[in-house]
Amino acid sequence: MEHTNWNGFVGGAWQNEINVRDFIQKNYTEYTGDDSFLAKATPRTKNLMDQLQKLFAVERKCGGVLDVDTTTASSLLNYGPGYIDKENEIIVGLQTNRPLKRGVNPFGGMRMAKQACEAYGYKLTDKVQNEFRYRTTHNDGVFRAYTSEMRAARKCHVITGLPDAYGRGRIIGDYRRVALYGVDRLIEEKQKDKANLANENFDVERIRLDEELFQQITFLGYLKEMAALYGYDISGPAGNAREAIQWTYFAYLGSIKEQNGAAMSLGRVSTFFDIYIERDLANGTLTEEGAQELMDDFVMKLRAARHLRTPEYNELFAGDPMWITEAIGGVGEDGRTLVTKNCFRMLNTLYTLCSSPEPNLTILWSKDLPENFKKFCAKVSADTDSIQYENDDIMRPIYGDDYAIACCVSAMKLGKQMQFFGARCNLAKLLLIAINGGYDTSSKMHIGPQMPVMDVEHLDYEEVMARYTTYIEWLCRLYVNTVNIIHFMHDKYAYEKVQMALHDTEVGRFMAFGIAGLSVVADSLSAIKFANVHPVKDENGFIVDFETTGSFPKYGNDDDRVDTIAKDMAHKFITELRKTPTYRGAEHTLSILTITSNVMYGKHTAATPDGRPAGAPFAPGANPMHNREENGALASLNSVAKLSYDDCRDGISNTFSITPDALGKTDEERINNLVAILDGYFAKKAHHINVNVLNRETLMKACEDPEAYPNLTIRVSGYAVNFNKLTKEQQKEVISRTFHESM
Amino acid sequence: MGRIHSFQSLGTVDGPGIRFVVFFQGCHLRCKCCHNPDTWAFSEGTEYTAEEILKRVLRFREYFGREGGITLSGGEPLLQAEFAHEIFTLCHQNGIHTCLDTSGSILTDAVKALLRETDRVLLDIKYTNDEQYRENVGCTLQAPLAFLDYLKQNNIPVTVRQVIIPTVNDTEENILELKKIISQYPNIDKTELLPFRKICQTKYDAMKIEFPFGHLPAGTKEKADALMKILEQ
Repeated sequence: MEHTNWNGFVGGAWQNEINVRDFIQKNYTEYTGDDSFLAKATPRTKNLMDQLQKLFAVERKCGGVLDVDTTTASSLLNYGPGYIDKENEIIVGLQTNRPLKRGVNPFGGMRMAKQACEAYGYKLTDKVQNEFRYRTTHNDGVFRAYTSEMRAARKCHVITGLPDAYGRGRIIGDYRRVALYGVDRLIEEKQKDKANLANENFDVERIRLDEELFQQITFLGYLKEMAALYGYDISGPAGNAREAIQWTYFAYLGSIKEQNGAAMSLGRVSTFFDIYIERDLANGTLTEEGAQELMDDFVMKLRAARHLRTPEYNELFAGDPMWITEAIGGVGEDGRTLVTKNCFRMLNTLYTLCSSPEPNLTILWSKDLPENFKKFCAKVSADTDSIQYENDDIMRPIYGDDYAIACCVSAMKLGKQMQFFGARCNLAKLLLIAINGGYDTSSKMHIGPQMPVMDVEHLDYEEVMARYTTYIEWLCRLYVNTVNIIHFMHDKYAYEKVQMALHDTEVGRFMAFGIAGLSVVADSLSAIKFANVHPVKDENGFIVDFETTGSFPKYGNDDDRVDTIAKDMAHKFITELRKTPTYRGAEHTLSILTITSNVMYGKHTAATPDGRPAGAPFAPGANPMHNREENGALASLNSVAKLSYDDCRDGISNTFSITPDALGKTDEERINNLVAILDGYFAKKAHHINVNVLNRETLMKACEDPEAYPNLTIRVSGYAVNFNKLTKEQQKEVISRTFHESM
Repeated sequence: MGRIHSFQSLGTVDGPGIRFVVFFQGCHLRCKCCHNPDTWAFSEGTEYTAEEILKRVLRFREYFGREGGITLSGGEPLLQAEFAHEIFTLCHQNGIHTCLDTSGSILTDAVKALLRETDRVLLDIKYTNDEQYRENVGCTLQAPLAFLDYLKQNNIPVTVRQVIIPTVNDTEENILELKKIISQYPNIDKTELLPFRKICQTKYDAMKIEFPFGHLPAGTKEKADALMKILEQ
């Protein structure tokens, strides 16, 4: 197949089938040079960014939400076109008709949509409520099927953050397909797939897929109409860099108008765009300055993306995140790196537009990345605290070289795999429930198998583990079944029509489970094993505290005695999860990631044997507990690196904060040392790291005087936030974390 | 066997690149600006064998890149020179760069053997006159200079360091004097002037002893940089 808009591209399999990877491999230009070619922001860019900054300031003053359209349910065609500054924008499209005005999305759940409006002083109109009166939302469906035990597990916070009241997210459409092929070709291919299904037996799977294809095709049509509202015809392939970015953005925009999933990630677009940019630069229709402008404008749009959330949601996932994760770099299967000039331009937006948590820029790190690119990444990290790193060398053998990251750390092949997001359970609380024989002292609820409270002077490791195992078995089965219900209902009532239209029809599925409190559990079990832990009971005979005497090894010191406990715990948990079958035959995966919910998890968990007091925050993700390190930062990294990615295929998040002084004396030393740390950590087969290079004092000042630090960005578990958008409690927790300081 | 105070797995200021720093226990000097008074007593610390130290270092070799390696600091590593020599020999057998952070106040045969396995010395020249050395350190200026002579004869690269202490040695005269010393040693390829810091006050407090220079203000980076300019002229 040929198209004039493809002139100048090297042809191949990608012309005859939907295959963006093949297009990239045949056409991209690897770049091994340094950052000196980069252009600065143009006056146009600066002016537009100023306007956006002003809107952000007003939004902050309005308590975090600038405006809500309470009269319309969000979808692709329900708002007229919106602009920041129509005359001066080069990439267009907003979620609603005005910048930062949030749409209401009741498809996931009406109650949450109503509460979210009310929390910010709005009222969802009767019109919208009436429209949904005779409709079932995802949330309705889930609660029809939840058992009383599932409700109890949710209520006592042993399983939390489940996507049962809003969109599930963590699905990445291959938005590039719209640019490369145009919508008509995509519709054509889906119609062929649908026709091919006609020869199969009509069983449940087959009928469901058939209806889904109908929905995908319909919404691809809506996507064209949405673009037409802005005056664009996206039925055919994009003809130049600006169109390629615009078409891709429209596809993403359609998805976030349709869905309010927690994480609405972007994929891996930088090197794809580079091919169009290189073609335009070569034929003289674009300059370097112009190329940067296109990326700047695109990124401004991403930074203006918003969903309407409840305050309870913000407690779990603070900072109004969208997880517009963009995976950058990595190495191809043929050994060439996928680093292009546009990878630099994407990172350069943190300078041209100032630092920012979104998009969630994620470097796919490999030992083989060009040295210049490694150094530029380290410099950007030290300057902006806005990027994260994930190990391409351990992911590429599993996912190939055209995968991306959903949310924080969830890898999937673009357009070929998706995930059913399953939030996480509280492993530390489960340990206490086990010791108390099925009673949660924090919520005062009986839950799980009922047996006597452990009645011993000192807890015995083997006895505790035997009990814990019983409760892990119970919870894992309950957890898988709960998540099965959620995704059955989401597929039924809130299916992602645009995003799934941008996947192959036969798609691979993961079901992603998670654990919080791993370091608390590891240290607690270590205390029980190596020290003396005396349980303290309350007047009702339940264990509410522990007196621990003697010393015990603590996770985060590169001490195998306790690190093995953590590693084995993750292995035990995923092994147990795999025993219960999943909805649609999804592959079980596990993450060790908390987002900012480590504060909330801690709040709902009584005192633990490691000495952590009741209510105190957990460490985020797979991080060791704060201030328990004795051998410095690399020992801490080594402990985390021991957790097996084979057990935790949905990712292992680690957040690393270091003061500039501790990283080296000069800028050059700091950059070289950070590169060495990343190379070393990933050579140890670690999966992920967030890097913050900043002083605690800066955070304390920002805490007191937020207006002086409007753009202060920091990495937390798996994403970045604007520091000012954290609650005071979360800010305090971030400040109290271990900062690696010079001696 | 040797006595060790502690380990720092991420050392970025004690030698080139990323360093695994081993703090030795025990020091015979009593520098008034010392920031590790907890390493003084010979009776404290934990005993390790050189093999145990090597095992620890090897866990971090992936981070060393082209420049990094091990640094022995303290305390005074020269007081356990045979043990330090054993560690460095093992490190060299494993291709690990070795760095010695020392006062340079001892030069015995054991120390000379140690220096044969030392890739770089981080040497404090704390003051440039003998009087201050005797008063504020507890040895003569001649001691580190003799040490430097030996390093020069054996072509061992040296980073010279001096802590710039307000009212004590933060003068142009001192820096010019330092410059004169440095100019006599071609093996000194790097000099660092470090602002006097007082975060160690908490250690003195915990030990319930007086921080002799605790009454002085902390040094500033600006001052150290300004003196560095004079040194580089």
